[in-house]
Amino acid sequence: MATNPMHQFEVYRIGPEIKLGTIDISFTNASLFMVISSLAILLIFNLGSKKNSLLPSKVQLLTELSYIFVSKMISDTAGSKAKPYFAFIFSLFMFVLFCNMFGMIPYAFTVTSHIIVTFILASFIFVGVTIIGFMKHGLGYLKLFVPSGVPAILLPLIIVIEIISYLSRPVSLSVRLFANMMAGHTMMKVFGGFVISLGIVGGWLPLSFSVALTGLEILVAFLQAYVFAILTCIYLNDALNLHH
Amino acid sequence: MELEAAKMIGAGLAAISLAGAGVGIGIIFGNYLSGAMRNPSAAQKQFPNLLLGFALAEATGLFGLVVALIILFAF
Repeated sequence: MATNPMHQFEVYRIGPEIKLGTIDISFTNASLFMVISSLAILLIFNLGSKKNSLLPSKVQLLTELSYIFVSKMISDTAGSKAKPYFAFIFSLFMFVLFCNMFGMIPYAFTVTSHIIVTFILASFIFVGVTIIGFMKHGLGYLKLFVPSGVPAILLPLIIVIEIISYLSRPVSLSVRLFANMMAGHTMMKVFGGFVISLGIVGGWLPLSFSVALTGLEILVAFLQAYVFAILTCIYLNDALNLHH
Repeated sequence: MELEAAKMIGAGLAAISLAGAGVGIGIIFGNYLSGAMRNPSAAQKQFPNLLLGFALAEATGLFGLVVALIILFAF
């Protein structure tokens, strides 16, 4: 039995060891769950969009609801100019959501509870948004670091602060998702351990707490995917509509 | 002082930052409720902003938890 609450985050190899030079690229349980979430997304959205009837089936309803949800989120936060990036944000939201939700199944592995996964996602967003900004506005994109209506004396300080806050975006975006997932799963494991150690007499209290925590964690899993996607939209909005 | 003991104390101190997250979440929900009571028709439109604020405030506290875990496990 795993008594250490951090044991659930262990990455181990499945199948043979594959080496590319000195880099280990073996198939692990993390890659297995990424493949499972991607396949589940593909399956659901293929089933939902294959036969478009006026009276939708449940899967089609799910597909259409999530489409409308994401497209409304993008048009609310980033405006109509962000329409071409719909496919990227939609797949990003769905991938993070499915990874979080698959992690809620007992004994499953949560891909997003590893900082390297979320950091790679966030740094791709950061680099992509920066490239889009420079492509749309040229060097004028640097005006992002100079807020309007600031006294000239304060400007050197403000510019440094703005640059630091811009550069810390990928870190805060990735740490937010990773910390939420990891803290939640550790907490559930700790309360599960209380149930075992208190036994049949006193174990009922932590057990009921555990049930409530599972509900909270499902909410957090959805909310963090939503926040991840909406912050991407906000960053995209900065790059597309430069209003300073 | 023993290094191990100092690590434990440091990790415990880093976890205090979760108090700030608690205050922040309380302020967000409290202000949302008082605003929603004043103008219930506008409440539904601001619900996504409420969730966004909740998630952002909660995450700030969890940064402190990450610091605690780094102290415990990474050093």
